[in-house]
Amino acid sequence: MRLETRKLIDRSFSGLGFVSIALLVCALVVILAPIIVKGAGAFVFRGTVEFRRMMVEKFARGDQAAVAAEVAQVRRARQPVYDMLASFEQDLNHMSFVERRKYAEPLSALKETLRTLFGPPPDEPKPVMPRDQYGQTRWDRAQIKLHHVLFIEEYDYSDPTKMGVKRYVLRKDDFEGTSLEPLFGYVEEHAEEMLLPRLTFYWRFLFDESKDAHFFGGIWPEVLGTFYLTVGAMIFAVPMGVIAAIYLVEYTGDNRLVNLIQTCVSTLAGVPSIVFGLFGLAFFINSLHVSHSKSVLAGSLTLALLVLPIIIRASEEAIRSVPRTYKEAALSLGASKWRTIVTVILPAALPGILTGIMISMGRAAGETAPIIFTAAWSVGKPLTLIQTLSEGTPALPWNIYNLSTEHEAVDEIRHVQFGMVLTLVLLVLMLNAVALILRARISRKLRG
Amino acid sequence: MGTTPESQRFDRRKPTLLLSKRTSRLRRLVALAGQGLLLLITSASALAVLFIFYYIARDSLPFLWPKGFTFSDVLARLKEFLGGTEWYPSRTPGKFGAAPLFVASGLVTLGAVVVAVPLGVAAAVCLSDVLPFKVRQLVKPVIEILAAIPSVAFGFFALVVFAPLLQKKGGSILEVAAWVVGAPVLLIGVMVLADLLTQRFGEGLRPVARWVLVILLGGLAFLALRDIGNSLGGLNIGSGTNALNVSIILGIMALPTVVSVSEDALQAVGRELREGSYALGATRAETLIKVVIPAAGSGICAAVILGVMRAIGETMVVWMASGNAAQIPKPIWNFLMPVRTVTATIAGDMGEADHVTGSDRYHVLFTLALCLLLFSFIGNWVSEWAVRRARKKAGAA
Repeated sequence: MRLETRKLIDRSFSGLGFVSIALLVCALVVILAPIIVKGAGAFVFRGTVEFRRMMVEKFARGDQAAVAAEVAQVRRARQPVYDMLASFEQDLNHMSFVERRKYAEPLSALKETLRTLFGPPPDEPKPVMPRDQYGQTRWDRAQIKLHHVLFIEEYDYSDPTKMGVKRYVLRKDDFEGTSLEPLFGYVEEHAEEMLLPRLTFYWRFLFDESKDAHFFGGIWPEVLGTFYLTVGAMIFAVPMGVIAAIYLVEYTGDNRLVNLIQTCVSTLAGVPSIVFGLFGLAFFINSLHVSHSKSVLAGSLTLALLVLPIIIRASEEAIRSVPRTYKEAALSLGASKWRTIVTVILPAALPGILTGIMISMGRAAGETAPIIFTAAWSVGKPLTLIQTLSEGTPALPWNIYNLSTEHEAVDEIRHVQFGMVLTLVLLVLMLNAVALILRARISRKLRG
Repeated sequence: MGTTPESQRFDRRKPTLLLSKRTSRLRRLVALAGQGLLLLITSASALAVLFIFYYIARDSLPFLWPKGFTFSDVLARLKEFLGGTEWYPSRTPGKFGAAPLFVASGLVTLGAVVVAVPLGVAAAVCLSDVLPFKVRQLVKPVIEILAAIPSVAFGFFALVVFAPLLQKKGGSILEVAAWVVGAPVLLIGVMVLADLLTQRFGEGLRPVARWVLVILLGGLAFLALRDIGNSLGGLNIGSGTNALNVSIILGIMALPTVVSVSEDALQAVGRELREGSYALGATRAETLIKVVIPAAGSGICAAVILGVMRAIGETMVVWMASGNAAQIPKPIWNFLMPVRTVTATIAGDMGEADHVTGSDRYHVLFTLALCLLLFSFIGNWVSEWAVRRARKKAGAA
């Protein structure tokens, strides 16, 4: 082979490496970017007057008088719309039966779209469901709904060889030549006056309970549930894991028993998470009866098993890396073995153990499969500490799944889903960042 | 034990340096008991895995061997379970042909391997042998972040962002991907092939022959690539939630595992091997391909196995974004069909089955879990064996 070709291969080989690392970084950015950008939309967005009205009525929050004034203002701006509808209905009475039938369906469709945009008309009794009591609370959603008011989505099947092509038709055309025609121009022009969008910083998204299946409000039950599950898992896993690591490092040599235990631990680490879920159901709930059905306790126990190998390994490594001299000094001062471990080795190994704990907390917070059958409820109130022993809870990972696949209005509450994902990802990344910082400090200490 | 000095016998606050026989024995006993307790706790955490195995197997037994079944009945049931293509557990009598699920798991995992292994091994090689230390310190956290992102977030991304994109622009995305991956690879291949073929010509003809060959082969490669690109670009993707989507996302999820384990394996290969190869005049690529990667082979094998296990055991991504249709794709390598994997079936069906606890529908899910568990046991053992072998080899070298 020629030297040039060999050099080419050499360069392209390095290039391949660079490209794959660039792709890795790209993948991370591509995945995180939409989550961060759209997730931030759950906290910072342009809220309409409906949002502020909902806040006053459902959460008793905000300046009541100011909101009342705003409501009156938008009511004045919306009045012409309802007036036009009323006068058109008057006109209908004078039309022929055929024409009346022709307009009946488009009219009810128009009314429906206006209702989703602005909420129920002022003269109607208050609907039962909170989701029907308000119009669009977010300006970005309102613009989509406004589009629905102005245009009809249709599928064009005129070409039989192709799939239907989506196209938009002016809704105005349905009412050509009637008294309703100016309504569309009015709505389009005065949309902002009728909804009064204003930049809103809704940090309470984290700490509010949800109203009416996440149509309004925040994600506090999920956040709290994730907190309970994670902390619960740590309560069970940390003592067991650290003690096992102490025993494996300090009390045994390199014998068969240790090898067996090590193999068991690494096998445990390889068990798929969904199997942990089934095991939790079969063992903790159906055999041990720790609770009647799903509960935070059962979920925590299951998660504890899942993170146990991580904690054992990290603690083992941390204890191994404590210099021998520490231990020998303590022993030579007459301290017993146990005393040496508790007062000398464990404090020295603590940062390493904490690193393992942080990483496993991140893992426990983000795992979904183990809690599906053992702890996760789709809806629920925030639990008190006592209730965690017997009741299930909503949790961030499970509700992300649930809201994005099984919720009745998946598309309407995208911002809540993204907000939840962002919260979960930030939580996990923060825990891992703490672990990274701790590890950097340890390695600096060991070097210096 | 010597005699205790008078002054210390009466002053109990001062610690005694010497112990009486009784306290010494007591302490030893306490220490022994403590050690026993530690052993108990340690083995409890080790026994957990046996517990898992036992309880999963116990609950899958009523499906595999119900009361009153003869041996041939059991065989028939096993045959239906492993070979049957109809998965309708909610019918009466239920049909429990799990072959589509196994095929789907295999297909999706294969796709993930195709994405993760070349990328992961190349990245690992680059990290361990090409990049300077400082850049490596920057890339490592990226890999750790990628490993830390919860699987449900990946699933959400696959379902909400990636699936619509794939459905709308899937063909053109695949076309661009084919060009981006294919063009450089083919270009290098053509150069190398042309070089190898020119060796056969006489000394005088070589420069001309090289150019002729490059143009000829390059033209062929270009035409092939254009055809492939066009056929990919013309694809009509019916649904964005399919095996391809899941394979790519699972591949990204398995990447951190593959990268970090194979990087460890590459680092474990001694300097002596590398330096020996350089001394013989090999370039870096030749050293890596012919010396370092073969020496780290079993470690890289372990990395691949761990990546496979990660992909096969993953639940949320496949449950959310694979389309959940229990069917064997036609033809079997058709990645654009929606599929339903073993893990997604367990997660999805248990919700309906746990109120019929004790029925076949309930126990068949445990049987599926048992299969997963067995697979992960085997994978784990093989990867551990490979790692141990790699370590021994590195130690010997």
